[in-house]
Amino acid sequence: MSTAFEHPTYNYKVVRQFSIMTVVWGIVGMALGVILAAQLVWPELNLGLPWTSFGRLRPLHTNAVIFAFGGSALFATSYYVVQRTCQVRLISDKLAAFTFWGYQAVILCAVATLPLGLTEVKEYAELEWPIDILLAVVWVSYAIVFLGTVKIRKTSHIYVANWFFAAFILTVAVLHIVNSAAIPVTATYSISLYSGAIDAMVQWWYGHNAVGFFLTAGFLGMMYYFVPKQAERPVYSYRLSIVHFWALIMVYMWAGPHHLHYTALPNWAQSLGMVMSIILLAPSWGGMINGMMTLSGAWHKLRTDPTLRFLVVALSFYGMSTFEGPMMAVKTVNALSHYTDWTIGHVHAGALGWVAMITIGSMYHLIPRLFGQSEMYSVKLVAVHFWLATIGTVLYIAAMWVNGILQGLMWRAINADGTLMYTFVETVEASGPGYIVRLIGGLFWVTGMLIMAVNVAMTVKGSAKSGAPLPQTA
Amino acid sequence: MDIGTFRGILTGILLVAFLGLVAWAYSSRRKREFEQAANLPFADDDEQPNRDRMAEQQADSRKDRGEKNT
Repeated sequence: MSTAFEHPTYNYKVVRQFSIMTVVWGIVGMALGVILAAQLVWPELNLGLPWTSFGRLRPLHTNAVIFAFGGSALFATSYYVVQRTCQVRLISDKLAAFTFWGYQAVILCAVATLPLGLTEVKEYAELEWPIDILLAVVWVSYAIVFLGTVKIRKTSHIYVANWFFAAFILTVAVLHIVNSAAIPVTATYSISLYSGAIDAMVQWWYGHNAVGFFLTAGFLGMMYYFVPKQAERPVYSYRLSIVHFWALIMVYMWAGPHHLHYTALPNWAQSLGMVMSIILLAPSWGGMINGMMTLSGAWHKLRTDPTLRFLVVALSFYGMSTFEGPMMAVKTVNALSHYTDWTIGHVHAGALGWVAMITIGSMYHLIPRLFGQSEMYSVKLVAVHFWLATIGTVLYIAAMWVNGILQGLMWRAINADGTLMYTFVETVEASGPGYIVRLIGGLFWVTGMLIMAVNVAMTVKGSAKSGAPLPQTA
Repeated sequence: MDIGTFRGILTGILLVAFLGLVAWAYSSRRKREFEQAANLPFADDDEQPNRDRMAEQQADSRKDRGEKNT
């Protein structure tokens, strides 16, 4: 990458690096998802090898899409937004570069260890203890770079997006360090510091807040900058954004027990988790409405601007999955939905519909600006990507709803004499068509990401050719 | 004081703090400050104009069409 489009004030280099890796890891993570979806249709695709079996590739998929794709996007956008809204360069270029190379090293370690079956067996926190330590060091450096930059800001106010990014960075540091606490046995094996129901509760306190702070607060930070930017008008209500922020971070912390309904967790803790999950609907929708209403008076832009369409449809899916979540946290609903594909559908409504769409919309805004262009190489291809992503998501979640309810109903069906009406394998057989539709949805997504990669490559190439420097600030 | 009472009081304090925050955020004295803050993403405009703005400069008619949709 040439230095021709180096910004006079800001550090765009680290933002560019993370942005490119967002696209790369997006393709890798989603392609892994497609392989896993195909394995559920044709189990022989695990090739009979331990390294390519579903149980080992599945954590690789989740780590790749959440932490490699989502994480790189969060680093890129938070570094960009904090510089532009604080009007100051990152506090340390060296430390920022360390967070990039350190974070990529963590991802490569995950790629190496997970297929080998080296895992702490905690969902979304599988990485073994030496990698956990490296991640903790990188994350603390990230906090120093981000908060240090906020501290030396040239503006009097800290823009709301930075509040969300800061909450995400600080909370993830606490969650990661507490949940990963373990006693090392060998270099590749450790035992959790917690035991029994406490271990389960710590895990889901971590797990749900990974959703709440990594996949929600961080991406809301993105939303509060890129939606106003792309719509070219300030956020609908700044007051609402402040109430949204505090309500969201106060309530999210307590929703974890809904992952442990009808388990050994004390019943009162389950009920509390359910109630807090229902309350969570209010701040979630407050934020969603705030983002949507930012477009009032600018709805016509949706006709011509596929980037804005990504951002707005992301908010729609956010609204939908934050309604579905509290509903599924109700114990009676959970009795039907838990352990079925409905949960997988819900996760992907959030992960594809909200997280990936808001990320892609933000990247289509960000990437041309980072490379001294006014827009992406092809706006038409952005529109094609938008439809592939939207149709892919709808196919995915519709298939999982059908499968989930089907499985839930078949599992609980009993004969007059109290015996189970169906064997487990009959429910697997009934799920077959849904798995094929899900695979098609996944293929739509990967195709869209490959189109994005071409578009990004051409945008970067175009900027290298013209070599146009960024306009100078006065 | 047993732990239950302590937790109850803590919940009450948090609720009051939250209501105080809402009152603070929605007080009319904060209005101008928040307007400034909301415009921070547009404060340093050293970017290339995007397609919409270029199109608007080229043809004003586009804006008129858009207004009907509001």
